[in-house]
Amino acid sequence: MIEKMDGKKLISLLNDLLYIRLVEERIAELYPEQEIRCPVHLSIGQEAIAVGVCKNLKKDDLVFSNHRCHAHYLAKEGSLKKFFAEMYGKSTGCSKGKGGSMHIIDLTVNFMGSVPVVAATIPIAVGAAFTLSKKESKNISVVFMGDAAIEEGVFHESINFAKLKNLPVLFVCENNLYSVYTPIHLRQPKRKIVDVVKAQGLECYSVDGNDVSAVHDVSKKAIDRIRKGKGPAFIEACTYRWREHCGVNYDDHLGYRCKDEILKWKSKDPIKRLKENMMSKHMITQREIKEIEEKIKKDIDEAVKFAKSSPFPDKSDLHKHIYD
Amino acid sequence: MNETSVTRVYVRMSAKKGKKRKLKFFEAIREAIDQSMEKDDSVFIIGEGVPDPKGIFGTTLGLQKKYGDKRVMDMPLSENALTGVCIGAAITGLRPILTHQRIDFSLLSIDQIINNAAKWHYIFGGQLKVPMVIRIVIGRGWGQGAQHSQNLQALFAHVPGLKVVMPTTAYDAKGLLISSIKDNNPVIFIEHRWLHNISDYVPEDYYSVPIGKGKIISKGKDITIAATSYMNVEAIKAADYLKKKKISVEVIDIRTLKPLDDEVIIKSVKKTGRLLVLDSGYYTGGFAGEIIARVSEKAYKHLKSAPQRITLPDLPTPTSPGLTKYYYPGYSDIVKKVLSMLGKQDVKVSFKEESVPLDKPDNSFTGPF
Repeated sequence: MIEKMDGKKLISLLNDLLYIRLVEERIAELYPEQEIRCPVHLSIGQEAIAVGVCKNLKKDDLVFSNHRCHAHYLAKEGSLKKFFAEMYGKSTGCSKGKGGSMHIIDLTVNFMGSVPVVAATIPIAVGAAFTLSKKESKNISVVFMGDAAIEEGVFHESINFAKLKNLPVLFVCENNLYSVYTPIHLRQPKRKIVDVVKAQGLECYSVDGNDVSAVHDVSKKAIDRIRKGKGPAFIEACTYRWREHCGVNYDDHLGYRCKDEILKWKSKDPIKRLKENMMSKHMITQREIKEIEEKIKKDIDEAVKFAKSSPFPDKSDLHKHIYD
Repeated sequence: MNETSVTRVYVRMSAKKGKKRKLKFFEAIREAIDQSMEKDDSVFIIGEGVPDPKGIFGTTLGLQKKYGDKRVMDMPLSENALTGVCIGAAITGLRPILTHQRIDFSLLSIDQIINNAAKWHYIFGGQLKVPMVIRIVIGRGWGQGAQHSQNLQALFAHVPGLKVVMPTTAYDAKGLLISSIKDNNPVIFIEHRWLHNISDYVPEDYYSVPIGKGKIISKGKDITIAATSYMNVEAIKAADYLKKKKISVEVIDIRTLKPLDDEVIIKSVKKTGRLLVLDSGYYTGGFAGEIIARVSEKAYKHLKSAPQRITLPDLPTPTSPGLTKYYYPGYSDIVKKVLSMLGKQDVKVSFKEESVPLDKPDNSFTGPF
């Protein structure tokens, strides 16, 4: 896939992958300070799906997410300062300090929100697509979910309705093989997720979720098709979470995932793969990568500084926003 | 309860006595939807059976013909997803009306109602609003039983972020539904099946009745009765009966459970010194308890006797009329309770057998639902 892409596009993909990775690593670094006082679900290891999909989206396309939402927000170009401020519970946060890590939003880029109840945003994304369809918009609605969302009834209800009404919605399943500590084989029978969704009549795609250019190409195909009015599509992208389900640490010592499996997936690190691939083709140098990283780190420094120096919400904000 | 007494009750409750046109409650609901859709293109209605020949007890009849199948829609039996779909439509600029023929069916969507509809505005710091109405029908009688006639208004009223509206009269049904559709928040709009066929004066204009306001529907000085939905009908019957015994009852239709207008009740209790609450829901954790708690907190010193409540017992609804006659409270229970609260247990009372059996709203009702 990489062969077909121009250098500029690849650098942009690499930049976005590094951006998400470095933001997440900074959260991990800061978390022990106990100033980020909310549960966090890091996207480290899974960045390629968010980046590959969102690279094909326009600003007016809508994105909905779940508890593991940072990558999606950042890939949709949500404000970094407001993101960090929200992590710190500040009034300048993207949700004004009422959401924390699991409820983030940036309407200026149409990142429409994330909530942690599994599968909860799936029908909401379908509803947003219903509005787009009613307005005869060329934009689409995208919802990211994990593999456990497939087990929820509301997922099946939602794809049924999306297909029934031929709605412009893309369902992206990030299959990282685990729901908290529970492996997929204890939750789902041995069959392909895409086969289940295909049976509902949706256009389905499977892709290596750790290959950003492959995700990019597959989602381009899916998104172009949706934009042409051909109805909803579903992508299953296989990937792997590196750190604990919730929190910033590694939890390999718990033994719920075997060492070989962890090593195998780490060797498929989407960033390492893209970097090596690009360097082997002389599309980028180590030094240039370093420069990208430094630039990102500077942005993160600024965002963290902004977050830390922002005020907490006022007591009077507690009762605001219960009703419009 | 025969047609004459019902009409008399409703005429007394009616707000605009000058207006001569009478409409049944279900027709008032339909007119509210119709006028709202006419005024605002972003309003649509969806629900199981909305365009079918029965049209949700007549409340949606003819609407699809007028507005087309893109705005008046049937839906898959996917209550949870379709609630989420309506939330998604609402946050992106539409005004959905989702309709459930039974409150029991809405329970399949409790995740989306409580986790998302109620919270989407607050958790994102007020950046998105959720202007949607969830119409829910509750009921009693005719063997509907444990899963077709629950009264779970307290469940919804417990959840921050929801508004809960329960009109009693056709006039209020129209005005409150119009307000609910115009409201930028999720409104649980609860209709009692036994009110659907009762007539009232209803103006033809597009008018609204404010959410969050209770209303005195019968003035009195000896005791305050605050009631929800259909229980107002029983309250008025009891008040009429007690009037003959020289007891003056003030009846307050609560109308909105959340946000609750406790002021109107407290003001009345300050005058009467006594409070009886009637709710069509259950005893434990029910809404009657909430009213009593508020009045006890805010007007304790004005109370001449302990506040009381009449509710359903803490039991699932049985189906046999042999059992439901002991299950549902009626006006005679209210009369007896009021007399005991006033220390007038010795007043002789006798109740004629009702001309309408206890498991029917009126004689025109012949089942099946």
